[in-house]
Amino acid sequence: MKTLGVYIHIPFCVRKCVYCDFLSAPAAEETQKKYVAALKREIEQNAPFYRDYTVETIFFGGGTPSILKAERIKGILNVLKVHYNIAKTAEITLEANPKTTDYEKLCALKIAGINRLSIGLQSADDRELKILGRIHTYKDFLQTYGDARAAGFGNINVDLISALPSQTLESWINTLEKAVSLTPPPEHISAYSLIVEEGTPLYEHLEQFPPIPDEETERQMYYETKRILERHGYERYEISNYAKQGCESRHNRIYWQRGISHTHDYVGFGLGASSTVGNSRWKNTSDMSSYLNGANIKEDQQTLSENDLMEEFVFLGLRMTAGISAAEFHRTFQKNIEDIYREPIEKWTSQGLLARDGDIIRLTDKGLDFSNTVFADFIL
Amino acid sequence: MSQISQSHIRNFCIVAHIDHGKSTLADRIIEKTGLLTSREMQDQVLDNMDLERERGITIKAQAVRTVYKAQDGDEYILNLIDTPGHVDFNYEVSRALAACDGAILVVDAAQGIEAQTLANVYLALDHNLDVFPVINKIDLPSARPDWVKNEIEDVIGLEAQDAPLISAKNGVGIEDVLEAIVHKIPAPGGKAENPLQALIFDSFYDSYKGVIVFCRVMEGRVAKGTKIKMLATGAVFETVEVGYFGAGQLIPCDELSAGMVGYLTASIKNVKDTTVGDTVTDADRPCASPLPGYKKVQPMVYCGLYPADGAKYPDLRDALEKLQLNDASLFYEPETSIALGFGFRCGFLGLLHLEIIQERLEREYNLDLVTTAPGVVYKVYKTNGEVIELTNPSNLPDPSEIAYMEEPIVNAEIMVTTEFIGSIMELCQERRGRYISMEYVEETRAVLKYELPLNEIIYDFFDALKSRSRGYASFDYDLKGYEKSELVKLDILINKEEVDALSFIVHKESAYERGRRMCEKLKDEIPRHLFEIPIQAAVGGKVIARETVKAMRKDVLAKCYGGDITRKKKLLEKQKEGKKRMRQIGNVEIPQKAFMAVLKLDNE
Repeated sequence: MKTLGVYIHIPFCVRKCVYCDFLSAPAAEETQKKYVAALKREIEQNAPFYRDYTVETIFFGGGTPSILKAERIKGILNVLKVHYNIAKTAEITLEANPKTTDYEKLCALKIAGINRLSIGLQSADDRELKILGRIHTYKDFLQTYGDARAAGFGNINVDLISALPSQTLESWINTLEKAVSLTPPPEHISAYSLIVEEGTPLYEHLEQFPPIPDEETERQMYYETKRILERHGYERYEISNYAKQGCESRHNRIYWQRGISHTHDYVGFGLGASSTVGNSRWKNTSDMSSYLNGANIKEDQQTLSENDLMEEFVFLGLRMTAGISAAEFHRTFQKNIEDIYREPIEKWTSQGLLARDGDIIRLTDKGLDFSNTVFADFIL
Repeated sequence: MSQISQSHIRNFCIVAHIDHGKSTLADRIIEKTGLLTSREMQDQVLDNMDLERERGITIKAQAVRTVYKAQDGDEYILNLIDTPGHVDFNYEVSRALAACDGAILVVDAAQGIEAQTLANVYLALDHNLDVFPVINKIDLPSARPDWVKNEIEDVIGLEAQDAPLISAKNGVGIEDVLEAIVHKIPAPGGKAENPLQALIFDSFYDSYKGVIVFCRVMEGRVAKGTKIKMLATGAVFETVEVGYFGAGQLIPCDELSAGMVGYLTASIKNVKDTTVGDTVTDADRPCASPLPGYKKVQPMVYCGLYPADGAKYPDLRDALEKLQLNDASLFYEPETSIALGFGFRCGFLGLLHLEIIQERLEREYNLDLVTTAPGVVYKVYKTNGEVIELTNPSNLPDPSEIAYMEEPIVNAEIMVTTEFIGSIMELCQERRGRYISMEYVEETRAVLKYELPLNEIIYDFFDALKSRSRGYASFDYDLKGYEKSELVKLDILINKEEVDALSFIVHKESAYERGRRMCEKLKDEIPRHLFEIPIQAAVGGKVIARETVKAMRKDVLAKCYGGDITRKKKLLEKQKEGKKRMRQIGNVEIPQKAFMAVLKLDNE
């Protein structure tokens, strides 16, 4: 049996945040209902393709999936359970934002089978939250976090973003300190540095926002993140992800470790969701009415060449601090990694951005800061 | 048609300041004489190359033959030879003029006489052409034809009271121009019985027919089978075809005789054998002497051209070879640069010519080029008595071996309205100009004469002139000669390594300023690396300016896009593509356009 990760996209939110470039928008109750119906149909129709798979992870991402009524989530999970082989130990994550859930809803989600929550806090500073266009305060977050623990969620991720408009090093440290001081502390923390994406309100009206921290401050924030989180028992296992031992997100690992083991396929259901199965890759339509219509929703279908697969083996695998294995590369491609990538490996090892420990090649701490510079040399 | 007698031929050209409507008038004449219907007309028929049409300038001389039924009832053959308008191509202009018997002077009804109006009229008068003026753009609200008529009479001394008043754009007054051509331009002289004497005024390479020679037959005749000889090169060929110019096509005919303008082909493989200005004669019955005026054109501006991708060197060589077939004034020879690898040192008539060649290489031959700083030809007098003509700064001998150096100086004429005289004089002073004279052509306009070092005007002088006169100043120049000058070589060091391709020769006084601006510019052009990169300007090993490219702090995609790897990969591919366009010098990757930085050292 091969393993499958299932991503389910919920493109709805209460209000779009200024930095958000994900496929998401507020929507009427009626649209949500139709969407969930279409989603269930898509999941069901595709089931025959995944008979040989065991679903190891399910991830409800968005948008704000927690905006949906609990019974809708439950309905989607039921379709999965009926038509797919779900592992008993499967990791089933739901992204949840404060002010979109309460204790009862969280209990219902728990009973429906969700066993991991990813809560979007982003900042513990209410002023910063307001600038971002978030609909909640830090206090709202505490409420949600408390409700989640009370409802029995034992595996929680908290999302944080640094380098926000007006943010200072002190306020970022404060956010980190508050996150690790939660009781009990979150099992997992994702700490991203803000990217001002084209097309977002933040990008279009950057001058109307308080200044974004300069590069120097941004780097200090980044180093503080690692320092503080490691001091509190989190290990950095990917460029922006930290976890207590054994609590790494298994779903994310499927994306990053796809190269490391090709039995790790993932399929995305819902509007604009991406899938990679074997050597084929596609993306669902981003147009809501086409999606609801249901016909020919797969777009950008491509077959990955061996070069594509080798490139991804490296640039996805190296995002993990554990690095990549030369032996595994050989097992996958029947080729020596040195024969393909001798030049970049030697170049970046000698410049201290890559480290080689026997079979393992990984980015050094410095290498993690310049990962794109390194990865670009691995594009064939 | 071949029966038309010599007395019914008119060979003429149109001269004008840039933008005064020369090409538009040419279009109307062609249209009016029935060679093309209005619908067939693509604007500006004579400007063949895409580039010419885009830039609205004429680069190569072109010719067309039309038939006009005049008011006296007779049919006349009108041979119109279009001439390039830019100073870079003055030599081509003068050859084209030599093929004509008369010229139409087009003057803008609003702007009046400009610098190139004067330069071109004098050029035409030097060739003993009968010149008559035409006042164009009378449809403009600001047109003042009477005032312009007086100006033409006062400044040039041409009779202008009965000058046709036209609007070439709207097709007004074209008939008057055609009648004036018939009556004011003389029929060509020469006798068909004399030995052949024909002037080459242009040529281009056709892959089927070989070189196509555009010529004006002065004496004698040439037909298929005539054994011809080029006087300057001595090359002998057998004529394969002769003919005249339709609109955009060549129309074969039986023979070309004295007074006619047309083309000939003779399986000539190399444009160099048919230099513009040379005389064609009959090899079996040669003429006594060549026609006057042949001179070898010397490139004025040199620069290095390198393929961005070193592997494309052979492609660049092929492309230059092909371009030279159509443009004998392009010079090139192989050179090597430590920074850029294998490339060519190329010589051009001027900066516009350089830009045009560069653009044609990139557009027509799909090449990515790195161009080094353009420079002029310096004369280096060595202490051992040797004289070097320096076209590449890297070849400058050690200062201890140099007695002195000379640089080319031009005579510049700038026509400007009085309100801008101050700022234009200031500009000329900054560019080391020597004031010669100032003459008022009327109360509000003056001609400023300066001697300027050529290396001060090859970069951005024209732009500076326009911006400081709000577009009103016009400019023309010709080479005066060489003068002794205090010149130094400015070197650029990137991460302590000298980059030969960035060196240039500069006057001692300007070295510091240029060096400083060069460093600033490069600082903006060179991307940040993992380490700090010092950029230094040095003269004779002494650093005179410095900037630093700070080290990059991060290059990481923090965000995880779920499973959307395609997007992430596109970013990396773009990054890799960007790297490919860089030149590796030591540990530093330098983008192509950094090598062009020196071109953009303007004051603003």
